[in-house]
Amino acid sequence: MPLCSYEQRIIKETERLVADPAPGITASPHDDNLRYFDVTIQGPEGSPFQNGVFRLELFLPEEYPMAPPKVRFLTKIYHPNIDKLGRICLDILKDKWSPALQIRTVLLSVQALLSAPNPDDPLATDVAKHYKENELDAQRVSREWTEKYASG
Amino acid sequence: MSSDYEFSDNEGDYYDSDEMMDFQNDDQDEDDMEMDDYNDDFKISTGSKRKSYEVDHTSLSQTSVEKSMKDDVDHICGILGVEPAAAALLLRHQGWNKELLIERYMDDPAKVLVDSGAAVQEPARDSTSIRTHSVDKFAAGPSSRRATRSSSKLLSSLTSPTRSSAQKYISSPTASASKSRKDAKSSEEPESFVCPICFDDSLELKQIALDCGHSACSGCWNAYTISKIRDEGEHCIRCMTEGCAIVAPDDFVHNILVSDAAPDSDTTENLVAWTRFQEILVRNFVSSNPKLKFCPYPGCTNTVSCPSAASKSVLTSMVPIVSCGAKGIPGSVKDKNAASSASSSGSSNSFYDKEHVFCFGCPIESDHRPVVCGVARLWLKKCEDDSETANWIKSNTKECSKCQSTIEKNGGCNHMTCKKCKYEFCWVCMGPWTEHGTAWYSCNRYDEKGGVEARDAQSRSRASLERYLHYYNRWANHEQSAKLSVELYAKTEKKMEDMQITSELTWIEVQFMKKAVEEVEKCRMTLKWTYAMAYYLARGNEKDLFEDNQRDLEKAVEDLSELLESPIETENIPMLRQKVTDKTVYVQKRNEIVLEDTATGFQDGRWRWNVSVDGFEEPLEEVRVD
Repeated sequence: MPLCSYEQRIIKETERLVADPAPGITASPHDDNLRYFDVTIQGPEGSPFQNGVFRLELFLPEEYPMAPPKVRFLTKIYHPNIDKLGRICLDILKDKWSPALQIRTVLLSVQALLSAPNPDDPLATDVAKHYKENELDAQRVSREWTEKYASG
Repeated sequence: MSSDYEFSDNEGDYYDSDEMMDFQNDDQDEDDMEMDDYNDDFKISTGSKRKSYEVDHTSLSQTSVEKSMKDDVDHICGILGVEPAAAALLLRHQGWNKELLIERYMDDPAKVLVDSGAAVQEPARDSTSIRTHSVDKFAAGPSSRRATRSSSKLLSSLTSPTRSSAQKYISSPTASASKSRKDAKSSEEPESFVCPICFDDSLELKQIALDCGHSACSGCWNAYTISKIRDEGEHCIRCMTEGCAIVAPDDFVHNILVSDAAPDSDTTENLVAWTRFQEILVRNFVSSNPKLKFCPYPGCTNTVSCPSAASKSVLTSMVPIVSCGAKGIPGSVKDKNAASSASSSGSSNSFYDKEHVFCFGCPIESDHRPVVCGVARLWLKKCEDDSETANWIKSNTKECSKCQSTIEKNGGCNHMTCKKCKYEFCWVCMGPWTEHGTAWYSCNRYDEKGGVEARDAQSRSRASLERYLHYYNRWANHEQSAKLSVELYAKTEKKMEDMQITSELTWIEVQFMKKAVEEVEKCRMTLKWTYAMAYYLARGNEKDLFEDNQRDLEKAVEDLSELLESPIETENIPMLRQKVTDKTVYVQKRNEIVLEDTATGFQDGRWRWNVSVDGFEEPLEEVRVD
């Protein structure tokens, strides 16, 4: 099957993302590149990222949906699984990717990752160490960063 | 077909028929027969005349390895009473360890079937998910629930198991259970089918599903399978649905790619993927059997069986250099050469049609006799450490501490899973990941002792560098000279053939140069490695004797090399021929002496090193060199 036939899937996914957005998530494609999305995710309630609005970029590579989308945080965030370049350590973005997953499910997973930091599988080692040793203090820093970088 | 093979055997180049082999797979009977005949030609019969520096080995074609895989599968079918497709998946999952598989299967057949992807997980078992990633558990749960709420039409097709006609592959206790589960649901089956991957809903879509019942259209299955095989080199092709662990059996993959491929798919691409899939399966089998090794030469699909070198411990007493019997590399220098000098008979190409010689015991893809693997690797690592490439490899890659595959980390976290052996480890300390779950940051402590040692080593490095360069220059020189003599030969041969036309000499009479150059090249390779050996040999009588032998061989080789450079005139050919032939025989003898002596030395455990080498005794303090 030629790759371009997945254009249809991308268009349908995009339509649904715009018409029926997932709670706390927006994703809109660039006019000149329908594979490149500007994304915002609201920090989940009850997490140190609450009240924050995080900007991300999402790119669908040519092999999509056989290969996972590339997702990166643009807003600075203090999270053990997100490094200072905004790269995300999430299994479904790597070896656990399945073509049945969609942009929507990926972004929901990223949102869930904000509620559930996993310092045992760290990407930002210093942040993870902080979370392991003094979770309350680490959460305080996460809240500070959210206020400083992700409010408005 | 058969005439093709005969032709290629004569030329020592069977790759001309490569394309034919690729497309012959449907015609199994004929193919098997051909391959067997062909195999016999390449069987290396050693036996009684085997020298102490040679090792018994057999070359196997891909077809004969597939045959032994099939034997194992049949064996398991007989014992466990499962279908061949399931048996193959079970064996692959257990690394082809039949004893372990049988033991585990007897303990808990359902679990083993589910773990290997051969059967659907029982509904009751859903809570004990085999997925281990903690982030994922958290993330996938709520997201999939929410998705179900918000998109009725789309996801109904995801969850409703619409089974396509004859897609039943596995009969097992769990499969029948899951089937009844599906039958119960099938009343809710929607009228129209929307492929959950491409979102297409046209009526002519062909639905395909594995035993789990997760349907997708044939085009998506095709694109997915090709992507898994071509881009990831994966033999384990799981259901496309997220979290579903069912693995596609071989005949399913065959259907998707060959016999029942989607109409608009690219036939050539399909066949390439299918061929690659079969090769991946063979490679997987070969790599899990220590008695086998896949030929490392590009484009070659042969396997060498060398039971006597199967255990790592024998590598201190032998150098298992083997050959898969094939020659040349498809689409390499040889072709270019043939194009540029189409007139020449092709005999000069023989130097490019190198026999596929490699070491069974280590990753070195050439003959590194007389020196054993451990020392050869030490030397190569040392040499590479001085080059830019090595610097890059050193700073960007690490070796899997279990299977020694070189790994480049190109992003992501420090939790690494080796693509080859699935070993999970920490990129920072290279220790097993299991220890990191609880206290991952213990790998941050700097080893003070290591720092002191590094400073000590620095002051000694100046003197040792001089010593190293002595050996390295000679090593590199032999390699370079070997290349030059081959180039010289190409020129000389042209001249000799011209002479054959102008003078009364026969073709046979002008061939003596070829044998001589071959011998020079071979001996220079031996000499090259003797320098690696000498660099690490501990001082003493043994080393002196070794260097005497080395000197004798080197002198003989240099004499012969010089002779080969002498100008060729028609009148002095008979004399030159006599001299070169004599020298060649002598050089051959000297080379054998070096190889024999070192090989028996390894068998007797005679050699001592000045550094610690795996499997050998630690060096005495007074001979230690850093």
